[in-house]
Amino acid sequence: MKCIDDYAIIGDCRSAALVSRDGSIDWLCWPRFDSPSIFGTLLDETAGHWKIAPTGPFRSERRYVQDTNVLQTRFYTPTGSLLMTDLMPVASASEEHHILLPEHEILRVVECESGNVELEMLFDPRPGYGLASFRAVDAGRLGVRVQTPSGLLVLRTDLPLTTANHGPIRGHGTLRAGEARHFSLTLAEQWQAVLPPLGKWSRESVARSVAWWKDWASHLTYEGPARDSVARSALALKLLIYAPSGAVIAAPSTSLPERIGGDLNWDYRFCWLRDGSLTVRALFGLGYAEEAQGFVSWLLQATRLTQPELRILYDVHGNKPNPERIFNHLAGYAGSRPVRIGNAAVDQLQLDVYGEVIHAATELVRREGDLDRETRGMLRAFGEFVCQNWQRPDEGIWEPRSGKAHNTHSRVLCWAALDRLLELHRKGHLPRVPALKFAENRELIRRDVETRAWNSALRSYVARLDGDRLDASLLLLPWYGFEKASSERMRQTYARIRDHLGAGGGLLYRYRREDFPGEGAFGICGFWGAEYLALGGGTIEDAQETFERLCAFANDVGLFAEEIDPATGHALGNFPQAFTHVGLINAALSLAGRLEGEEPVPRQVPAHGAEPDAPEVQP
Amino acid sequence: MNWSGWLLWGFVGTVVLTTLMAGSQGMHLTRMNLPYMLGTIFTASRDRAKAIGFALHLVNGWIFALIYVAAFNSWGRATWWLGGAIGLVHGLFVLTAGMRLVPGIHPRMASETQGPNAVRQLEPPGFLALNYGVQTPISVLAAHLLFGAILGAFYTVRAS
Repeated sequence: MKCIDDYAIIGDCRSAALVSRDGSIDWLCWPRFDSPSIFGTLLDETAGHWKIAPTGPFRSERRYVQDTNVLQTRFYTPTGSLLMTDLMPVASASEEHHILLPEHEILRVVECESGNVELEMLFDPRPGYGLASFRAVDAGRLGVRVQTPSGLLVLRTDLPLTTANHGPIRGHGTLRAGEARHFSLTLAEQWQAVLPPLGKWSRESVARSVAWWKDWASHLTYEGPARDSVARSALALKLLIYAPSGAVIAAPSTSLPERIGGDLNWDYRFCWLRDGSLTVRALFGLGYAEEAQGFVSWLLQATRLTQPELRILYDVHGNKPNPERIFNHLAGYAGSRPVRIGNAAVDQLQLDVYGEVIHAATELVRREGDLDRETRGMLRAFGEFVCQNWQRPDEGIWEPRSGKAHNTHSRVLCWAALDRLLELHRKGHLPRVPALKFAENRELIRRDVETRAWNSALRSYVARLDGDRLDASLLLLPWYGFEKASSERMRQTYARIRDHLGAGGGLLYRYRREDFPGEGAFGICGFWGAEYLALGGGTIEDAQETFERLCAFANDVGLFAEEIDPATGHALGNFPQAFTHVGLINAALSLAGRLEGEEPVPRQVPAHGAEPDAPEVQP
Repeated sequence: MNWSGWLLWGFVGTVVLTTLMAGSQGMHLTRMNLPYMLGTIFTASRDRAKAIGFALHLVNGWIFALIYVAAFNSWGRATWWLGGAIGLVHGLFVLTAGMRLVPGIHPRMASETQGPNAVRQLEPPGFLALNYGVQTPISVLAAHLLFGAILGAFYTVRAS
């Protein structure tokens, strides 16, 4: 059985595919991240895949071409070696003006580097999560055409094929050193299909994509510790940004288990507001202002239909995803059932999202300098909503399906929401807000948290008001400015969390409960721990050591899932996970800042009319 | 000849035809987009092709409408069903002869015998444009029938 970290991702900022170490694309949802799958072997071996690999035994190694999302897998066989390049081609706007390009394409190029290698291809699409009927037609020079509910798939290759109407399509051949074979799979969704030629054209397409990704990666401004890990995280995050809207999806997969064989299997192909401010800070911090602005715009615009109430997740265009369904015909990854399509958490109440969205907008002001009139109106309405609702119990950041509670993290985020709004008001960005009301509520929340979320017997902040359980999300209190990382309370809280939730190697569980059967260590929580140390909770050496130990849990191509099995180091949960990579980036930024002696998390908003990032003038 | 009637109802008919075809695309009934097909004769850019193609399609609509109104004038009357009948013939012509001609004259369209190559990459329509989806003929016929019916219903034949 393949491990979750046996996969690597390729994509075009609209959709993504997971490619396994043995040359098989086992997961592809086209044309959009949350479309039904065409290849779904990841969740059931009969749900379709596309494998290209040597016929005989082989060993494989893989890497991304430096600073790109172009994947290269090298197969070593007893008779020779092959290099396979996998990508979803991308092109610059100027190239798109003079080259006819398919709407969606996966391009695979296999080159024989030495000796002779027998190669086999098996193309077995199973549209609609394996439920949709389809028919493959060999159209000669125009390729093999497969009509699916998502559109027309066209497979073209210079490898001889055998086709069957409903069964898999196979190809076979022997490559000698210097020879190459090309495979292009396109999807025409609504338009006449564009059929790219093979051979030289395929190689040009690879070169165009490599140049595009390298150009994008060249804008990375980060020069701190573990630069390669940060650069890979940035590239992974970019793949999870849906370019047409600017939304960031949590992960391109569904139902990869948080516990092998268990039922903690969720659909993550949507956008969580929860990730808002952390993602915006990561993008701005790395120098990707365009992506950060795009995401904040999406946060504010996509939520328009429900404002001032916010859902906790939306699809890439800001719509409510289809209701959650259980697909019993899919066996699940390693028998982990059920497989869920859609996410019922959409109807939960999470008060922390208000803090996230307002904090993200504040970050935009800090970097870009101003708010438009419409956004000011939205922020005021969010503030009013927080004042009226912060006392309510909610499901909280981890979305348990066991009911609502008074969650400390949610309450601190409500405090952060009002605190940021008041700062925007003080600096002249947000006139005509009920400042007194916001300030009074902010103080009430602070008092509530300081008295009821602090457990003096445990000497720690706790997950729920008046409770006695720990939660790794408490490490974010300094990040949102609620407590200093160096405060006695935070130091004690960190010590308790490390003792009770530590999983070794810097890893942290998000929580632990006697009635909970367990899961892996939560990727981002470990990075929150490293960042807490970098923000002043520990020494630079502690922070750097913890951070570097955590980076080592990435798979061979630098990718993280949602969780990590502390016993084996293998990935668990949906993959790759934006949240974990955001955690890595933010920890790196805070660490780099600490190394350079900067303010831990700069969040001073410049006065209205002043230059962004200008030093604040003291009155 | 009622020139203003030709201009107005030729325009309205073309807009309705284009809307119906675009709606069919959106509902995944067909992948055929005539403005895109026309525009890619002049440019490879998808966005520019749509804009250029739409302008060309509008002009084409007026030219074809001229044939419709010539028929109405020669018959001395225009009714929705007469227009619809011409539209049906028009649609059949587009699907059969028109679609067979396109790969030969379109510089960026591949065919069963030519390409795909660096220039010819656009999928050819095939018989009855079935390559663009099995419901394409229905969409094309319905759109042209409506085009003709609009012209027939609203164009007024003036006594010469």
